[in-house]
Parts: sequence; C-alpha cells; structure tokens
Amino acid sequence: MSNKRRKIYMAAGHTTVSLGTGRKEFNPKKPRPGVEDYVREAGQGTLKQVGGGKNVDEGVIANFMAARFNRQGHLAALIPYVDPDMRWKPCVRVEGACGSGGLGLMTAIKSVLAETAEVVLTIGVEVQNTVKAIYGADILAGAGWYRGERKNGHAYFFPALFSDRAGAYFKKCGRDKTRQAFARWYRNAIENARLCDTAQEFHNACADLEALALTEPNPRSFVDHLNVYDCSKVSDGAAAIAVVSEKGLERAGIPKSEAVEIVGWGQVEADLTVPPEDLTRLETTARSVAKALQSAGIGLGELGTVECHDCFTISGLLSVEAIGFAKQGEGPDYILAGNTSRQGAVPFNTSGGLIGWGHPTGGTGVRQAVTLWQQLTGKAGNYQVPIAAQRPYGLSVNMGGNDKTVIAIVYRRAE
Amino acid sequence: MNYAERMENVAVLGAGGKMGSGIVLLTALEMADLRLQPENKDKDFSLQAVEVNAKALAGLMGYLRDQAKRAAEKKAVGLRAVYAGRADLVENEEIVRQYVEDVLAVVRPTTKLEAAYDAKLVFEAVNENADLKVKLLSQVKAHNTQDAWFLTNTSSIPISELNKKVGLDGRIIGFHFYNPPAVQKLVELIRAEATRPELADFAAEFAKRLRKIVVPSRDVAGFIGNGHFMRDALHAIAEVDRLTPEFGFPDAVYMVNKVSQDFLIRPMGIFQLVDYVGLDVCQSILRVMNERLPGGKLHSPLVDRLLALGVKGGQFPDGSQKDGLLKYEKGRPAGVYDLEKKAYVPFAEIAARADQRLGAPPTQAKPWKAVMGMPDKPAFLEAFFRELRGLKTMGAELATRYGRRAKEIGLELVTEKVAARDEDVNTVLLTGFYHAYGPVNTYFD
Repeated sequence: MSNKRRKIYMAAGHTTVSLGTGRKEFNPKKPRPGVEDYVREAGQGTLKQVGGGKNVDEGVIANFMAARFNRQGHLAALIPYVDPDMRWKPCVRVEGACGSGGLGLMTAIKSVLAETAEVVLTIGVEVQNTVKAIYGADILAGAGWYRGERKNGHAYFFPALFSDRAGAYFKKCGRDKTRQAFARWYRNAIENARLCDTAQEFHNACADLEALALTEPNPRSFVDHLNVYDCSKVSDGAAAIAVVSEKGLERAGIPKSEAVEIVGWGQVEADLTVPPEDLTRLETTARSVAKALQSAGIGLGELGTVECHDCFTISGLLSVEAIGFAKQGEGPDYILAGNTSRQGAVPFNTSGGLIGWGHPTGGTGVRQAVTLWQQLTGKAGNYQVPIAAQRPYGLSVNMGGNDKTVIAIVYRRAE
Repeated sequence: MNYAERMENVAVLGAGGKMGSGIVLLTALEMADLRLQPENKDKDFSLQAVEVNAKALAGLMGYLRDQAKRAAEKKAVGLRAVYAGRADLVENEEIVRQYVEDVLAVVRPTTKLEAAYDAKLVFEAVNENADLKVKLLSQVKAHNTQDAWFLTNTSSIPISELNKKVGLDGRIIGFHFYNPPAVQKLVELIRAEATRPELADFAAEFAKRLRKIVVPSRDVAGFIGNGHFMRDALHAIAEVDRLTPEFGFPDAVYMVNKVSQDFLIRPMGIFQLVDYVGLDVCQSILRVMNERLPGGKLHSPLVDRLLALGVKGGQFPDGSQKDGLLKYEKGRPAGVYDLEKKAYVPFAEIAARADQRLGAPPTQAKPWKAVMGMPDKPAFLEAFFRELRGLKTMGAELATRYGRRAKEIGLELVTEKVAARDEDVNTVLLTGFYHAYGPVNTYFD
C-alpha cells in the first residue's frame, strides 16, 4: 500500500482572530459573529490567495459541536456561503472532537491523493462563547463516552480527565517540578501569543506569568490538580488552508516557495469506551507521531518546530514525551531547560498554541497547519522563528478527546 | 431542636424588599441544601415569603430564579455529588435546572402574615420603622404555635427594645445583612442582654453556613455600621454647610462628594452612597438613633428638607439608581440638586471650576477598584496618603479633615463599647461598605 502516490501541498492559510476572554474586543454581553461568519471570513481569506472559488474542486469543513454550541448542523452547506463558485461542488463536514481539524486535513489530502481534486478548501471552525463555561463543559464532554463516563464525571469533565492525568504524573515524577514546568509552558504560550495579533492572549499584559500560573488549584470550584491557567480558554475562531496537488498550485498561481509539502502523516484512532491504560502517557499520540515520522522518513533531530495539542499544560508536557523529545518522566526537565520556548532547540506552538492562541475546538487542527505553513514559508511576521537548514521540518499533532483521535502531519517548505 | 429542625419552617417578613429578597434567597439556598441531605429527604422545608405588596412578590420569584441559577452554576462541582443518585440528571444543565426547582420549591410566596404562625424561625426585614416592626412581631408572636425564634435585620433599632416591646423573653437577635445580602460578605450580629445563648449559637452557625463574615456589635442604636456611616455622612453634610456660603450649595456637594471618592479612594462618593441607601432610609435611621442617643446631634435638616421636596434616592425595582441629592445617568452621578432652583444642575456646569478649586488629587491617585486589586495595598495607601498630606490644595485639606473625622468616629465607637475593638470597626467598613482601608488607621495623623 503506497500512501504517497502524488505530492501533496498546503498553501494560502488564513485564520480569524480567536475571540473570547482576554481579547479587548470581547464583550460577553454584546452580540458577536456567528459560526457562518467565521466560516466565511476564514474561507475567503484562503480563497483570495488561490484565485477564488472557481479554482477549487472540493470543500471540507471540520467542526466538533456546532449542533449544540450554535444549534447549527449541516455545515458542509456553509462552504458555498463562502463563495458562490463553491456551489455545486462536493463538500463534506468531518467531526472528531478536538481532532476534527486534523481529520479535515486528512480528508482533503485523501481527495487530492485520489485525484478527485487538485485544490481542496479546508476550513475548521468552532464558536463556543454562546454558552457559559459550565454548560460548554457539558457540550465538550461529548468528546468522551457519554453513556459510560458522563454521569460519574466531573462538572468540568475534560479539565478533570486531564487533572487526573496531572495528579498521576505528580505522583510519579513529583508535584513541584511538574507544576513549575506547567507554569513555564503557560509563560511560553502567552509570550508567543503576544507576538501574534490574532491570538486570544495577544493583549495579555501580565508581568509575572509563572507566578500567576502557580496559583494553587481549587478543587471546590474547579478541579483537583489544574488551575484555569493550565487550561486553554473558550474560543470562537476559524482557520482555513488549501490542500493542493502540484497541478493545483499551478492553477492557483502559487509558487512552490509559498507552499509547504506534506511529507508524512499518521492518523490513529483509539476505542472511545476504553480508559487510558497509563494516565501518564499519551499512547495514541505517540503512535500517531511515530507513524508520521516514519512515513516522512525523518527523525526528531530534523524537526525545526512543532505545533502540539496543549489543550492543557499537562497535555503539552505529555506530548513532549509522546513525540519522543523527552523520556517518560523527563518532560518537565526538557521544558524547564527552555527547549520548547521560541529560543529553544525546537520551538513549540510559536503563535501561542491552544493555551495562547486559543482553542476553537473543531478548528484547531487547521489552525496548527496554518501556523506551520507560515513558519516554514517565512510568513509568520512577528512570531517567525528561524528554521535552520538542518532542521527543515515542521510537525503538527492534533488530538481529539482524551487521546482518542490523533492526527500527526509532517511538513516542509516546498521546493 | 437542632439546627436543621429549626430551619424546616422559616418565615421572612418583608420578603419583597431590597433586603428581604436577598435574605429569602440566601435562606432558601440553605434550606434547599439541607433538604438535599440524605437524612432530610422525607422532610418538608418551607420558607414563607411574606410580603404585603403582591407585585413585589412577583418580582421576588423572578429574582430568586435568576439568582438560584447563578448559585447553582457556581457550585455545580458539588451539586453533581448531591444529585449522584439521580440517573436522570447527567449534564450540568440538567443538574442546575433541578437545583433551581428545588430551591424554588422551598419558597411559598404569600401576602398573608398568618403564614408565619407556624414558623419555627421568623426573619424580620420590613421597613426601618420601630412601630411597624413591633406591631408585626407582636402579631406573629401572639399567634405563633412554635415558640419561634426571631431574627431581625434592623440596622439601627436596639434589639433589647424590640425584645421588651414585643415581649419575646430573649427569643430575638439582631442579624444585620448589608445591601445586597447575596453579595456583601458582612453580617453584624447583635445580642440583646436577654438574648438566649442557644439562639446566639444558632445565629452564629447560620451566618457561618452562609459563609458570612460576622462582626458582633453591642446593642446600641445604629450598631457599628450605621453608627459609623451616619456620623460620616453628617460630617460630609456639615462640610457642605461650611462651604456653601462661599461656593454655593451645588458646588459644595460636588466637591465633598468628589473628595470622599477620589481623594479618599472609596467605592462611591458619600452623597452617592446616601442616595444608594435612600434619603428616606437615612432619615429613619437618624431618627431612631437620635431618639435613643440624645445629645449626639444625629439629625440633618438638609435630609428633612430634601425629603419634603420629594427628593428621595433609593433604587428602582430593577436595581438602578433613582435620582436623589445627585442625579444619575447610566448609574453614574451626573448632576446635583439645587435647593433654590429645585432642579438638578449638571456636573458639566460645575466640574471645571470646582475641580480647579480642589486642585489635582495626588499624582499616585488610582481608582478604588484598581486599589482593591493591589497585592500590596497598605504600601500603596501609605505612600498615597503621605503625598496627600503634603499637598496644600483645598481637596487635600478636605480629604485630611474627612479622614481624621472618620477615624475619630471609629475610635468613639470603640470607646463607647459599641465595637469591641478597632479591628471590628475596620472589618465592618471593609466588608460591609467595601472600603479599601478601615477608618481607624494612621494615614491622616
């Protein structure tokens, strides 16, 4: 089975602002754009760069729970709303919880591989500020196993699942150092976000981020082992990118220097009804990354930057270990040594990641691809990090639920 | 009778009022929480919400529904455990909805005082009028079948006086919430000499379960809170009288109000606070205090005159501010009542010249809200007031006089043993009035 029968590229990325608490323009009492507005803004941002909808063959939209957050289903039919030239073309909506965006990219990649399309418009979107956090927690809990887990679960269902992972990690590797690593992870995320004007934490002006992040968790009002700074925020946002073939690049008039080539991927699914065997490991993530690196034929030493799925600081830390940069139990040291910061050996989440940029759940996977496309083609502006010639690759890891759906993709600048 | 049994049947008198509605809310939440404990599941907990004004009762139910929902959202983490046995309640939303229903199910709104006749606990929160309180409490006492205990929310009337006039034989205690009860952390507890110890213990437990900060006050008219507030306001009025001949009444009011807010870093100016409480309520409190503390000059001709002209302050049912001595636009002071013109003079016509007269506040000045959030508040206040004392402006002089008077009032309350110690006075002002610092300090020495 050859999974790379054609070259696949991505280009023309665009993101909206990640709107929510922290952004100056966010006011929970005032009307805000709806899901269709985000789809249109992100989609048009990409279409403008590929010569419009007439140059596009198919559309994919990734979303987790618009049916509940926005009472809106049937999202594929919003793609023609982006551009009338998208009418009468095949469009599909995909869902894999917070891994929806990654599934969207994989769906587009497969269309191009199948040669049913040369250019696929891929959009990821989530608009979550329509409900208070306590009800948003209900909706997001849909990423777990409802019948088997929800009733006995916590009010803040997902924060509690990852709090349990954090608690298990504390036991194994020590609480203080691990929490210091969480705090450093938070600081890196916010410092990166301050450089990216679409990031939700762009306006964050806190002077001592690590001190803030070390606020003791309050189990009475939240969860046992995490505080709110350990968590990504509630976000409204969308991202779009074009997944194209070589022919598609030509048609869209995009030079290769402005595109990234997709050199490998790993798409992995675990059983929703089976709890993780080891709370201190992201096994599905590890499998997906290993597959992606293998299919790209590269080693960790060749990665110049990574977008990982840090929905919580603990998931950031466990991702570092699952990807393989640190052995189990050594993630905190790796982070505290500065390796994941923008000056470090492998800058992680250079536009802020889920904690800093924001986490519009179903849109995140596509947003990660946009950030990597910007970094690898030199379009990252203020948050650009240097990409060394000996480390030319980027890796994105997009996770759905409690390490159930994971999509890892390897990119490099096209040539 | 233990705590939970006492709480099984409660009546709140004046349930639709500003204070009463908050008291109903907090009590209903507490009763619902008790009822949800497994050992109480077969008991009926009822709160008779007694209010003569039927329209206010309708408003009360809407208020309770909103506030119970908010409370449920805030304690959703704990509520999931409370409803763990209910297989039909899975999502937070379902749990919140059920809790709101359970809280509302406790409350029995009524316009009939008879509903209080079977209550084991009666919480009185009617207007601050001693005759009215005595009349209602006497009627309930005469017919009550349960030897009820009485809590009164009076902010000024001595408890021993109510005890004696109603003939309660020590079955009453002062339980004074601050406005709004659901938000303000403070409760002043006032024992009459005759108050039964077991009632005092009950009141302390009730306050603790409501997570309130309790300050004991001696049973002297006005207690600590109004004992300070009324004298503080009378100082402001005296300053207005002193400044009026030279600057005119509206300018004098504007200046004293501004100094008390911006130069003293308080959450609102003194006259805005008077309006917030209501000129009519202030008048009643002053009357109660003045009658019982003769020689204290606890009286204001200005307040009487304003009320005679129909200027009242207080709040609309939706909580927004009514015009009083000041006029309000979008909740903010925007004008001053001119006694001669019998109309409001906009701040815009006063501000420029009055601000110039006062001089700039200290350069370090920060709004009250910013100061409240400071990690090292005392250091900031120390530096701020040191600078203020060094200024030769009229604003600084008025502020210093004001700060000294506020301290003097606080110390007198301790000397008179209304408060047991300086710290109690400060706690009342910090938690009942949201001041950034207590009046008994060294900032103005």
